[in-house]
Amino acid sequence: MESIGKFLIFMGRMFIRMESFGTYFKLTVDESIKVGYNSILIFAIVSTFMGAVTTLQTAYNLISPFIPSYVISLVVRDMTILELAPTIMAIVYAGKVGSNIAGELGTMRITEQIDALEVMGINSASYLVLPKIIASLIMYPLLVILAGYLSLLGGYMTAVLTGVMTGYDYIYGIRYDFVEFNVKFALIKALAFAFLVAAISSYKGYFTKGGALEVGQSSTSAVTNSCIAILTADYLLAKLLL
Amino acid sequence: MIEVNHISHSFEGKQVLFDISSRFEKGQTNLIIGASGTGKSVLLKCIVGLLQPDEGYVTYDGRDFTSGDRNLKIDIRREIGMLFQGGALFDSKNVEENVMFPLNILTKMPLDEKLDRVNFCLQRVDLENVNKKMPSELSGGMKKRVGIARAIVNNSQYLFCDEPNSGLDPQTSITIDNLIKEITIEFDITTVVVTHDMNSVMEIGDYIAFMFEGRLLWEGSNDQIIDCNVQELENFIFANKLMRTMRNMKS
Ligand SMILES: Nc1ncnc2c1ncn2[C@@H]1O[C@H](COP(=O)(O)OP(=O)(O)O)[C@@H](O)[C@H]1O
Ligand SMILES: [Mg+2]
Repeated sequence: MESIGKFLIFMGRMFIRMESFGTYFKLTVDESIKVGYNSILIFAIVSTFMGAVTTLQTAYNLISPFIPSYVISLVVRDMTILELAPTIMAIVYAGKVGSNIAGELGTMRITEQIDALEVMGINSASYLVLPKIIASLIMYPLLVILAGYLSLLGGYMTAVLTGVMTGYDYIYGIRYDFVEFNVKFALIKALAFAFLVAAISSYKGYFTKGGALEVGQSSTSAVTNSCIAILTADYLLAKLLL
Repeated sequence: MIEVNHISHSFEGKQVLFDISSRFEKGQTNLIIGASGTGKSVLLKCIVGLLQPDEGYVTYDGRDFTSGDRNLKIDIRREIGMLFQGGALFDSKNVEENVMFPLNILTKMPLDEKLDRVNFCLQRVDLENVNKKMPSELSGGMKKRVGIARAIVNNSQYLFCDEPNSGLDPQTSITIDNLIKEITIEFDITTVVVTHDMNSVMEIGDYIAFMFEGRLLWEGSNDQIIDCNVQELENFIFANKLMRTMRNMKS
């Protein structure tokens, strides 16, 4: 409870004594590259395989002459949009980006780089953390969209290559009974998770005390706490919006 | 001149500074000395405003920095340069960007003027052709030099150094010490150096404040320090065999 209060105060501190818009713009672009561009490869690999595996396992479970094969891709589609792309990828994102943010800020804290900023009169919380959160809010939804496409593509390739269903059926299933709201829901989740991962990891890193060992602990605890927050938020959003 | 008035500070109920008062004059190197863990860094952080003291206040040339209004604080901050223990260079920026950073933040100088100033400061600390190097490629001594260049780049009036020669070999230590002293005289600034190195004390200590367990026990110059009559300070000075030999030769 106390740490939630500290977390909220930390968030509030980002909006006092701010630097110029140009400064934040440049920093946000830099962070976007780190957070977004550098995560493309891992996202591509994980999501393609997830789509492929989901297709195989759904096909394995649905072998029955009474169920048309396009149901397989329909299931793959809904799982991808509702859970795999936004939520499971958020766990991957926490592991990649969250640990990176906490490690970077933790190192800056213990090597007094944060003090150096403060001595120059810069609000270090705002200068360092705000660009990371904005970059995360911009880039993570884009990564989720990419992951969604690649997951469906991975499923398609598996379906065709292993012959569990035809490409035509796969596409038919993907289009069948498509609910547009699910995509919006996925993007809302993506924004929530993007914020949680960036903010929690920044908080953990920023308040690191001690030495290199503690930086490692901060990284670990950033990932653990981000994952818990993601899953809790996932549950709450599903209850609220579905 | 910086005046420290009755500063006390504690962390979560544990008091680490007890009613410290002192004066640091302009154009001389002022040292704060004492064993590890006596509160030197905490005192320095209270002086530069990284920590808010529980009691007491600090004035910079008569201007109240601790309880003064926000604009005054910002003005004074612009005149402060600080060298941190490990250099505290920004890992993601190269040497040139590190030194230029305060100018980007605190001034509206055009780029070529900033570059001139950066190169001037780098030359002043005897660093050339390292502009594009990253901090991880520099030796400990070079990092300190870059840290000094960054601390003086905005024409700082007040220079603070926390353990400028920790982690350096004796020879590099002396070079860095002398560099700090030269810069202090050349630019006529007020310099405060935290150290536990007796070499620095004898080499550059115009004024010395000795701290012991959060209290200021002795002040004076390096000529007077050998004959001080404070037991804790004597223990500190003569922990060093060389210093003991020196005392025996004197008497
Ligand atoms: N952020 C902090 N929180 C709690 N205690 C601290 C903090 N910083 C310093 N201390 C304590 O204050 C005392 C003085 O530390 P410091 O000023 O760093 O000593 P030194 O003279 O070696 O620079 C030490 O006992 C240290 O444990
Ligand atoms: Mg110290």
